[in-house]
Amino acid sequence: MPIEILMPALSPTMEEGTLAKWVKKEGDSVAAGDVIAEIETDKATMEVEAVDEGVLGKILVAEGTENVKVNTPIAVLLGEGEDASALDAAPKAAAAPAPQASEAPAEKPAPVAAAPVAPAPDDVSDPDVPEGTPMVKTTVREALRDAMAEEMRRDGDVFLMGEEVAEYQGAYKISQGLLEEFGARRVIDTPITEHGFTGLGVGAAMAGLKPIVEFMTFNFAMQAIDQIINSAAKTLYMSGGQMGAPIVFRGANGAAARVAAQHSQDYAAWYAHVPGLKVVQPWSAADAKGLLKAAIRDPNPVVFLENEILYGQTFEIPDVEDFVLPIGKAKVERKGSDVTIVSWGIGMTYVMKAVEELAAAGISAEVVNLRSIRPLDIDTVIASVKKTGRLVTVEEAYPMCSVSSEIGYQVQEKAFDWLDAPILRVTGKDVPMPYAANLEKLALPTVKEVIDAVKAVTYTA
Amino acid sequence: MAGTSGKAAGVRSKSAARSKGGAAKSSPAIVDFTKEQELHAYRQMLLIRRFEEKAGQLYGMGLIGGFCHLYIGQEAVVVGMRMASKDGDQMITGYRDHGHMLAMDMDPKGVMAELTGRRGGYSKGKGGSMHMFSKEKQFYGGHGIVGAQVSLGTGLGFANRYRENGAVAMTFFGDGASNQGQVYESFNMAQLWKLPVVYVIENNKYGMGTSVERASATTDLSQRGASFGIPGEQVDGMDVRAVMAASEKALEHCRSGKGPYILEMITYRYRGHSMSDPAKYRSKEEVQKMRTEHDPIEQVRKRLLDNGWASEDDLKAIDKEVREIVAESAEFAQTDPEPDVSELYTDILL
Repeated sequence: MPIEILMPALSPTMEEGTLAKWVKKEGDSVAAGDVIAEIETDKATMEVEAVDEGVLGKILVAEGTENVKVNTPIAVLLGEGEDASALDAAPKAAAAPAPQASEAPAEKPAPVAAAPVAPAPDDVSDPDVPEGTPMVKTTVREALRDAMAEEMRRDGDVFLMGEEVAEYQGAYKISQGLLEEFGARRVIDTPITEHGFTGLGVGAAMAGLKPIVEFMTFNFAMQAIDQIINSAAKTLYMSGGQMGAPIVFRGANGAAARVAAQHSQDYAAWYAHVPGLKVVQPWSAADAKGLLKAAIRDPNPVVFLENEILYGQTFEIPDVEDFVLPIGKAKVERKGSDVTIVSWGIGMTYVMKAVEELAAAGISAEVVNLRSIRPLDIDTVIASVKKTGRLVTVEEAYPMCSVSSEIGYQVQEKAFDWLDAPILRVTGKDVPMPYAANLEKLALPTVKEVIDAVKAVTYTA
Repeated sequence: MAGTSGKAAGVRSKSAARSKGGAAKSSPAIVDFTKEQELHAYRQMLLIRRFEEKAGQLYGMGLIGGFCHLYIGQEAVVVGMRMASKDGDQMITGYRDHGHMLAMDMDPKGVMAELTGRRGGYSKGKGGSMHMFSKEKQFYGGHGIVGAQVSLGTGLGFANRYRENGAVAMTFFGDGASNQGQVYESFNMAQLWKLPVVYVIENNKYGMGTSVERASATTDLSQRGASFGIPGEQVDGMDVRAVMAASEKALEHCRSGKGPYILEMITYRYRGHSMSDPAKYRSKEEVQKMRTEHDPIEQVRKRLLDNGWASEDDLKAIDKEVREIVAESAEFAQTDPEPDVSELYTDILL
């Protein structure tokens, strides 16, 4: 029975990739373990090995094809005694298991795949971007890399350190090309010792250097949280203003995909709790670039919370020489009159989908993208709430003592008389992240939950 | 081994430094001090001792609050190290930090006023005993979390190498901290990247109330870097000459680009872990033996007199000068106003 070979997923977040090259040709015999093709993700080129043996009967996806979805049949393998005439009989159900990627890092997964272009924000001018500024399409991943490269060119005291940032080009390919441009002195692979290298980075910052410490994910930064809080955040105060730590802690934060409880947590509220830190959580590529450049220049310790799923998303970004956004300032991504939706980071992806459906239902939502968590631009939120009288917050983190909790508190304190409905929040569920696909979906917010919350506060349910 | 054998701190007064290490090194012989060196060491150690005695007194009067860890007994360690270092070398330590600041030539008034939480303190009264800094004097704290300063000090060394400025980061920690995980993460990176860091383990025999023997699987702390290939040696930390000789060698090792070096200073604190520690985990006899037989200041005093380099009157004059400095600092620390209430919200962010 002919076996379909499917486009493999080579990382937890990969949705599609480019079929770069067929190593085997039609008619070639294939043994299990043979490399049959090369697949290019936005992270790396990976070899695909055959799982079964047989003859490559037909190639279904030509080499060079881009955006091939995971699980698309890419070839048909003929078993012993079969010939091409069996191809038509190949039943879809007999699909072979996805081949194993030969180099996929097992524990600290690599992301891949250019995800679809994120919904374009409504045409709301950014006060930080002059009218008529030309725009260019870029991914969040490239925006982060460009921000670091530009700042490293600008200031010799800026350096990058972390696990796999140099020779591997970044576990999530964020630091691609930096080693080549800046050399091993300034792009430094560390041992897998978060506590130690974070303390080392803070010490270097106290001595006046400007380290960028990359955590492969912020889950691993828990090993180092003492140095982030007790050493980096508090020293300026404890030294009476003599010395602080001009340092950026950055990396993937929050849930990725199917990596379960220990690798899926949003730390925004944890760090936002601490005086002496700035906390930034970008959503778009423009957020990522403008805010990371600002964070590197900031004389304070900045916790910069990225998201693996956003890395591959493409956004429009102002095509200007030196694009820097102010930390502590929110952006109204979409103007509206019926309800205010406040979100940040990956929470924005649910919101931007929900507002389209809400608009179709005749509900005009104003969307505030916080960009920074601390300092919190509550003024922009309040101004919007005073206009709409209703507020929904959306985030992936746990609800208890969350950023949403804080926004809800501040809004009732400062705009109580303007509220026409209780404030609702859409958050991740109050459970450790489950592994099973269906449970994981349930644990995260959904577009429907956002829509339902908006309908509830606008009494249109 | 403390108190139970003749191997207690400071006993190895002759050729005390014992060296093994990742790369076996022979320890330097104790070099006799010149008259000037003896006088300098005597004055510096005495300043620390009198300062700490005064701090203890002010604590008893309720003028100093919170935790207050005195350095009495350990003076030779930081003074000998400082005598070997060059201007530009940084120092960082844990919470038993008053002596280090005085050795780094910080103003006793500013240190004492910080202890009393006054605006003229080094941290404007916002840091206290455990959290004081002087960028000007290359003193990077004063850290309250056991072991945290080891990674931070490694970062100072990293900055030195990055800038190729020839400076060495003198990173102090205790026998207790020597069991912390981040210490070994730091050792690994320091040796891997050949960072100029001297790790100075002040082994005063007790991590709070727990003796080294009860906390450490291996008690030769100078060998804690062996698995990384970091050379280390034990030093009689009660003999300022031994400390200086070993420090010079360690600093030179770092400065020449060979990477970090570990010095285990065998020393002793006469007082409790902090002011609130009754120190019931050790005998009065043990303490008394150290004070009478190995006191770092008495050793220098005796040599000064024996060599005819100072008379009793000369030494009294030094003592008087030191007491005046300390009295002045105590006076300042009591009369200087508390920080303005507006300081509550300053220095959080730049």
